[in-house]
Amino acid sequence: MADRALAGPSGILAHGERLPKNVGLRLFFQTVFARAYPRLIGQQREKSWLFFDIFLPMLAVSAYVFVYRAIGAPEDYVGFVVVGGAMTAFWLNVLWSMSSQLYWEKEQGNLALYIMAPNSMMAILLGMAMGGLVATCLRAIAITLLGALFFQVSFSVSSYVQLLTVFWLTMTALYGMGMLFASVFLLLGREAWHLSNLAQEPIYLVSGFYFPINSFSIWIAAAASVIPMTLGLDAMRQLVFASGPTLGFAGVGLEIGVLFVLCIVFLVSARALLGHMERLAIREGRITENRR
Amino acid sequence: MRGIESTSRFHLPSFRTAAWLGWQIEANWTDPFLFAVYALIKPISSAAILVVMYSLITRGDFASPIFPYIFLGNAFYIYVGSVMSGISWSVIEDREHYKTLKYIYVAPLHIPSYLLGRGLARFLTGSVSVLITVAFGVLFLKVPVVLGEVNWLLFFGSLLLGVVMLAMLGLILAGITLLIANHVWFLGEGVAGALYLFSGAIFPLEVLPVLLRPIGFLMPITYWLELIRRSLIGEVAEAFPTLAGLSNGQLLGILGGLTMLFGVSAFAIFRRCDRAARERGMIDAVTNY
Repeated sequence: MADRALAGPSGILAHGERLPKNVGLRLFFQTVFARAYPRLIGQQREKSWLFFDIFLPMLAVSAYVFVYRAIGAPEDYVGFVVVGGAMTAFWLNVLWSMSSQLYWEKEQGNLALYIMAPNSMMAILLGMAMGGLVATCLRAIAITLLGALFFQVSFSVSSYVQLLTVFWLTMTALYGMGMLFASVFLLLGREAWHLSNLAQEPIYLVSGFYFPINSFSIWIAAAASVIPMTLGLDAMRQLVFASGPTLGFAGVGLEIGVLFVLCIVFLVSARALLGHMERLAIREGRITENRR
Repeated sequence: MRGIESTSRFHLPSFRTAAWLGWQIEANWTDPFLFAVYALIKPISSAAILVVMYSLITRGDFASPIFPYIFLGNAFYIYVGSVMSGISWSVIEDREHYKTLKYIYVAPLHIPSYLLGRGLARFLTGSVSVLITVAFGVLFLKVPVVLGEVNWLLFFGSLLLGVVMLAMLGLILAGITLLIANHVWFLGEGVAGALYLFSGAIFPLEVLPVLLRPIGFLMPITYWLELIRRSLIGEVAEAFPTLAGLSNGQLLGILGGLTMLFGVSAFAIFRRCDRAARERGMIDAVTNY
């Protein structure tokens, strides 16, 4: 660290020795870590945010739990709401801290620096995703535990291996989708905020955050499966609740297969669109443009 | 120079100009078609979540009185997010996003009137959403609102009183928002979420644990939503025991009293917060959070 501080812009130290320069995969992972770092540290700097991030979804979860109780729903539905409420934390993180992020970075003047620096933009997005994922996991766990405690939800996990596989694939596909949307939202400019705002309730509805997705017709449920959270939630409910398998949309094995395909599709598309966005933004000079 | 002091009276030109500005901000970010889609999809989706939950458990028994209770409560709750949270959100938008709050403060404007004007714009966009949601319920889900049987006087009276009450709550939040840097994003959302839970918007208060029920009775929104339901669907709304012992006149009296209380408190609280924000240099504080 001290050597870096002593080195000039050329990276050459006073005694003539050259600083080691990271390239290739080493630079890629260094960039991932560097972009993930502020997301993780940010949580420590503003601990009270953690309270609000858990408290606000808990209010919605509680309201929906009381609606189910008011209409005499079986107790497993309360568990469905708690799990769905916990997963909203990931969706909101993907929307506001992934999809809209490049747009915010442009507004604050960081985007030009990202593109100028000799690192991969994919690594920056991956770092954002990983930092956000770890931080959001803590919130989701807290919401699940508090929900289970307040509303006495009983879990009955049938396979931990499948559950972890489903969770990991859902998160990979979901954050891949967020990386893809980051480029799309950047190109859309100031409509990004409104689009993020718009993509909350409609997604809660079609992805079945608060009820089993098989409540819809097979075609609507199949179309909604493009959003990784739909199948992820459905599979998780089947794996953690006793009545889950009877209310599932498709078999867990099939859902794992589709989620795997979605992971590949979203990550490959994100990479292609990011390249296109970079070229377009440089050619049209829109990287530093700031339109409020 | 401080412009028109926030201690002075309501200032109509400030209110009118802010309402026009608010409408431009709300509506001019896209073309009219996309704006209409935006105004349509969000409230319908929000209502549809409850509709699917309800129909799943009751096997589509939309004739039960609990359904219009839930549906109308949820539809009119849109005003809480629009008016109350909207007014406090104006402070965040002007200070953090557009960075214009300091210019507004030095302009010859009355700040509370300006913020209430921004709330009017939110009220108008919120009204579009409420209208669409209620029409959707009546047309497709058999919500029993019969135009000829609606008590219009009670409806418009309650609506006006309720919107004023929400605007006053919004002004209180706006004042607090002026003093906060890092948590402003959560304030309006948190209060709206808490009110949604405790005011019986989407379930009768009897469902809440006994210890939490008194919170609901302290909230003016509980009485406001009851009046709106009674004006639209009459005896269906009165079927629930929560406020069945109170007549429409008594409910109006409680709501009017609470609105007056919040009105007086709102201007006093805003004045104090405004002064403190000026002293602490918060008017142009940009956190980039």
